[in-house]
Amino acid sequence: MVLSYREALNQAMREEMRRDSRIFLIGEEVGYYQGAFKVSKGFVEEFGPQRVVDTPITEAGFTGLAIGAAMAGLHPIVELMTMNFGILALDQIVNNAAKIHYMSGGQLSVPLVIRGPGSAAHQLGAQHSQSLEAWFCHVPGLKVIAPATPHDAKGLLKSAIRDNNPVIFIEAQLLYGTKGDVEDREYTVPIGVAEVKRSGGDATIVAYSKMLLLALEAADQLSREGIEVEVIDPRTLKPLDLPTIVASFKKTGRLVIVEEGWRFCGLGAQIAESVYAAAFDYLDAPILRVTGKDVPMPYSRPLEDAAIPDKARVIEAVKSVCGTQ
Amino acid sequence: MDRVDVLFLYRQMLLIRRFEEKSAEMYALAKIAGFLHLYIGEEAIAVGAIAALRPDDYAISAYRDHGHCLARGSDPSHVMAELFGKSTGLCRGKGGSMHLVDAPRRFMGGYAIVGGHIPLATGLAFATKYQKLDLVTVCFFGEGAVPSGQAHEALNLAALWKLPVIFVCENNRYGMGTPAERAIALYANVAKTAHSYGIRAERVDGMDVLAVRDLMHKVVEQVRAGQGPFFIEAMTYRFMGHSMSDPAHGHYRTKEEVEEHRTRDPLLLLKQTILSNNLGAEADFIQLEREVGEVVTAAVRFAEDSPFPTPSALHTDVMREE
Repeated sequence: MVLSYREALNQAMREEMRRDSRIFLIGEEVGYYQGAFKVSKGFVEEFGPQRVVDTPITEAGFTGLAIGAAMAGLHPIVELMTMNFGILALDQIVNNAAKIHYMSGGQLSVPLVIRGPGSAAHQLGAQHSQSLEAWFCHVPGLKVIAPATPHDAKGLLKSAIRDNNPVIFIEAQLLYGTKGDVEDREYTVPIGVAEVKRSGGDATIVAYSKMLLLALEAADQLSREGIEVEVIDPRTLKPLDLPTIVASFKKTGRLVIVEEGWRFCGLGAQIAESVYAAAFDYLDAPILRVTGKDVPMPYSRPLEDAAIPDKARVIEAVKSVCGTQ
Repeated sequence: MDRVDVLFLYRQMLLIRRFEEKSAEMYALAKIAGFLHLYIGEEAIAVGAIAALRPDDYAISAYRDHGHCLARGSDPSHVMAELFGKSTGLCRGKGGSMHLVDAPRRFMGGYAIVGGHIPLATGLAFATKYQKLDLVTVCFFGEGAVPSGQAHEALNLAALWKLPVIFVCENNRYGMGTPAERAIALYANVAKTAHSYGIRAERVDGMDVLAVRDLMHKVVEQVRAGQGPFFIEAMTYRFMGHSMSDPAHGHYRTKEEVEEHRTRDPLLLLKQTILSNNLGAEADFIQLEREVGEVVTAAVRFAEDSPFPTPSALHTDVMREE
């Protein structure tokens, strides 16, 4: 069946909440407003306000509350209205959620999903247009997921909810309305498994979340020009499925990594380092990264466009590693 | 007052006192490292408050947590082993002094970012309410945490959702070296902070274990009955420095001030009460000293004899595997 990304997320949470009464959704406007982006449409009617909990605007408070509830055996899903507001909850995420299992010598667990949209939409300004996944990936004790398609969003959110660890689940505002095929039957997508989204032998692109769509568009155009690109979506950013990326790279010898986040200390730097370490001998060209520019996101549209990777930059990078430019 | 009860309270406080004095010795011998924050002088709060709990109620604390953990009934040997960083420690040596956890005893941990564990306490209380269990959660923190944003967010949520949580503010007058009057707008009555959220609050003499216990009995009953959160401000004093690297007196308080507070030592006060009410005799205290001394000596021996974690433990417990 064809579903929007938003509907796929809604279905995933709905199915899991029907299955397990320990799961509850908590966040700003998740109940009667049905979510700032309408992801929890119909939830308060079905599950009631006890399990669909509207909060005041206190990210540290309600994220910490959810962590405490997880320690006591519940399975909270925290919706951050946007991932930017997760910065307010960073002490809870980094110092408590990520460390409690370790600090307690395995006595306590924090089965928790923290989800919401990351990255830029259109002209939302510097404080609402950030890709913070590298921050979360840096912290031991967290899993980080950033699906690009409705199918992956549904299957991975179900896996995240069933996981017994804290999982940061990054959506994207511009993906909510995108549509795609979703299996009719019950399914999950395993955490930590990448997918080859398009096969090709000339070069490999690694791209996730919104950037996957950009990479696929670029691959289409390159194909018309005679360059066949293999596009890999890691889907899970941590733990990263390095073997799938390396297998493709060993075939093509050329790699471009596309990410919307800031370049310096970005996720692509880590992926490149890992690939260099695993398959240096297969390198036919230096690995190139296409990233967001190292600036706070400007409001003005032309400036914003210049700060975010676009198709032309991806194509240019692929041609560069292929030596056709 | 019951003889068995009061002698039990005395024994608990004495255990914490002697355990911590021994920890300080072990720190001086470099058997214990890192930060070590002693609770000496404040024992009446943990012991009095926890005496009013059921074994299945939750307790959670900040980084000055040895007293709460021992009062909850944790084995002193495993606590000492944790301070030594040994594999037999409560947390297999991964937590240390500031992060003691004893899940079977519902001691949900010590946390070392000031104010950061207060939302966790509201979450434990949220969970028990969600699960329709008649449990309460007790959250211990110093007055230094009261001005933090996380404390205020947690107080608001607890009041808003009538959560069964008891906030126990241990007001020992100093956040490290800063006196309350230079840190807290409502320093003269910290409990008033709770009033601004409509949370009932009461101040208690935190050097008087019986007063703490009696207030807690009343409060636990109300909170367990669903009357929403409660805030206790327990007035106390830390006899030692903020941590082992901070002298007991010097830059921010005088020797005379410390000596004055030592005249209200919670152990001394309870002993006087016991003797004047004929609930015990000197012989009882000699006996308790001997028993506790043996427990502490055994704890040190156990910690000494235990192995350090092997390198293979480094990567376990980062993620829960199943």
